[in-house]
Amino acid sequence: MELDPLLLSRLQFAFVVSFHAIFPVFTIGLASYIALLNGLFYGTGTPAWERLAIFWTKVFAVVFGMGVVSGIVMSFQFGTNWSNFSQAASNFLGPMLSYEVVTAFFLEAAFLGVLLFGRGKVPQGVHLFASVMVALGTFISSFWILSANSWMQTPAGVELADGMFRVTSWGEAIFNPSFPYRFSHMVLASFITGGFVVAGVSAWYLLIKRDVDANKRALSMCLWLLLFLTPAQALVGDFHGLNTLEHQPTKVAAMEGNWETRSGVPLLLFAWPDQEAQENLVELGIPNVASLILTHHLDGEVPGITEAAPDEQPPVWFVFWSFRVMVGLGFLMIAVALAGLWLRRGGRVYQHRGYLQLLRVMSVSPFIAVLAGWFVTESGRAPWLVQGMMTHAEGLTPSLTGGMALFTLIGYIAVYAVVFYAGMYYLTKVVRNGMTIQDEEDEVDEVERPKRPWSAAHVPFDDDTAKVEG
Amino acid sequence: MELIDLSLIWAVIIAFGVMMYVLMDGFDLGLGILFPFAPDEQARDVMMNSVAPVWDGNETWLVLGGAGLLGAFPLVYSVFLPALYIGVFLMLAGLIFRGIAFEFRFKSHRSRHWWNRAFCWGSAVATFAQGAVVGTYIQGFETEGFAYVGGPLDWLTPFTVLTGIGMMIGYSLLGSTWLILKSEGHIQQWAYRVTPRLLAAVLVIFLIISFWTPFIDPAVWERWFGHLRWIWVLPMLALACMTLLIWSLRRRHEALPFLSTLGIFLFTYLGLVVSKWPVIVPPDHTIWDAASAPESQLFLLIGVLFVIPIVLVYTAWTYWVFRGKVRVGEGYH
Repeated sequence: MELDPLLLSRLQFAFVVSFHAIFPVFTIGLASYIALLNGLFYGTGTPAWERLAIFWTKVFAVVFGMGVVSGIVMSFQFGTNWSNFSQAASNFLGPMLSYEVVTAFFLEAAFLGVLLFGRGKVPQGVHLFASVMVALGTFISSFWILSANSWMQTPAGVELADGMFRVTSWGEAIFNPSFPYRFSHMVLASFITGGFVVAGVSAWYLLIKRDVDANKRALSMCLWLLLFLTPAQALVGDFHGLNTLEHQPTKVAAMEGNWETRSGVPLLLFAWPDQEAQENLVELGIPNVASLILTHHLDGEVPGITEAAPDEQPPVWFVFWSFRVMVGLGFLMIAVALAGLWLRRGGRVYQHRGYLQLLRVMSVSPFIAVLAGWFVTESGRAPWLVQGMMTHAEGLTPSLTGGMALFTLIGYIAVYAVVFYAGMYYLTKVVRNGMTIQDEEDEVDEVERPKRPWSAAHVPFDDDTAKVEG
Repeated sequence: MELIDLSLIWAVIIAFGVMMYVLMDGFDLGLGILFPFAPDEQARDVMMNSVAPVWDGNETWLVLGGAGLLGAFPLVYSVFLPALYIGVFLMLAGLIFRGIAFEFRFKSHRSRHWWNRAFCWGSAVATFAQGAVVGTYIQGFETEGFAYVGGPLDWLTPFTVLTGIGMMIGYSLLGSTWLILKSEGHIQQWAYRVTPRLLAAVLVIFLIISFWTPFIDPAVWERWFGHLRWIWVLPMLALACMTLLIWSLRRRHEALPFLSTLGIFLFTYLGLVVSKWPVIVPPDHTIWDAASAPESQLFLLIGVLFVIPIVLVYTAWTYWVFRGKVRVGEGYH
């Protein structure tokens, strides 16, 4: 059997980037939430805010650490598996990715230590400032990454000569046409992810009646936040879709499962796209609604997949179904947020066991929705690596063999499995340990010395540590 | 535009970054390699505690170097990484395992021996891979135009195995002298005992590599036996540092052994740089061939010049805060 280095490299990149994305998508939202909690405590002096801030900073430390560990690999993947692409696009991508690293270091060097270890050691205002800067830093980091990705979707401000992209306008390249939409969509996604995770954990604490006062506040905050953000996300997603329709019509056609260019296109709820036959085998839809969404006319004309030659089409079923998973979860999240508003009357929201259990389950939904969304936009670009300018095949490392790619694919899966298992196991311990304030003596002892993010969470890894230490 | 040679500035920045990485991550990787040979578990606690506050700061230089290469010398990035494909994977896997070992060893008891193993093997594998990268750099790469066209295991030759092992012993020497500086009592005694043996091994490998290299690359021969006489100062200084190390060990100095080992690494590294200069992707491509467009180099330079001083100040501050001996039992209560 011939191993295809192209397919294996794409799988490897998809695996590594998906695994990595889970962490930043959560920490970006969580960093802002922590800054907000610190701000509330600074303003009101209510101890509950501080308890929440301390607890969520511990969680932040662990997740941030896992994000860093899994992200190191990303900065080498471009060179190992996509060297032709790295070489060709280096004039633009090099500075973008480097600026991300520079921003991250600046943030870590200057403020992360203060946020994680400075409480009580620096003035409260300085600590608040550090937490705001960490939150800001996460946005700046994602700014560079999303700009680089958007440029691959809607390249601008460059010219291609002798196989090298050369930047003609930094402004146009960085603020390329899809960037503002992608950035807004992603920032909202991060807030929603943070919101649902905090809501889910608070709901669990309320179910087992721990730290009821603080967790009521946290839950209430999250539900208000989600009530506004989840519909806003649907709206921003719609604008993003219209932007994609303008620049990458084939991707939108695949999302809608629409093969022929025509007017009055139905919104398909279910379909089985058949790439060979270039049609849907089964379909069930609402007449004219896709046209209405995409053109704002019931009989508007929507481009079809067949506008692109078969070898320039993305894998339709994958794009189609990933899109449905994302949108479906999005509407479910809106419904859950609305239900929260309805249950607020008389404070039932804090006691309704069914609803609290539902929130626990829902805390994974934003992660799935975000990954599905990335599957749509990345595989929807196929076969292009840089839309209209460079294909995946052209960007691949020429010396790469299938065997090498398979070796590292399995290797990365194995390494990440260990990291993920250890990290999640530990994170569960942190959450179970709850909001009990640790013995402050630990901190003075300088055992687990500053800077390593995970040492901010003073929780033993395995159960019998306490006994041995005692 | 051509008033300033941006490629030259970038070459200096990258060379500086790599040097910082080798000197700083070198000693904490070296402690990982020495881990199984430590006299007891207490010594291992001290060894790990002595680098715990600084190791991840040390590794930031690696990431900064990697990203800087893509921005400033993309050819290096797009030739080295495909050519060293398997080696890069091993290095990353090693660094990840030792990274999580740092976090979890402190927090565990029952599973501690597993984290010990992860720390040791991760350090050893990552170091070997780094040594092999150096060896491959000396050997050169088979390229066509701007792409690597050699095989997946071209990098693994007797020469690169030797440089890999050399790097492991060299880093161990950095580790053992660091431990002399940071420990006391029986742990320090142990470090004093192993250091001369490591130094002897380093000297042997240093000499073999030095005599072997000119035969691998005629340009290196030309460089050393041509008209540039002053460069012989560098190996002389490296040997002087070795002598200083021996002397300071006899006198039971505490800081001088580590400082003279840093000197050995510094002058050997500079010797390697002048051997190849200005070739950055051997055998053919110079720093100017490998450079990205000037506007890209300039755009990135602004940010890097801003952040490097901050990272340096912060690094110095961290080392200052955690100066002094690490004691047995410190941190475990």
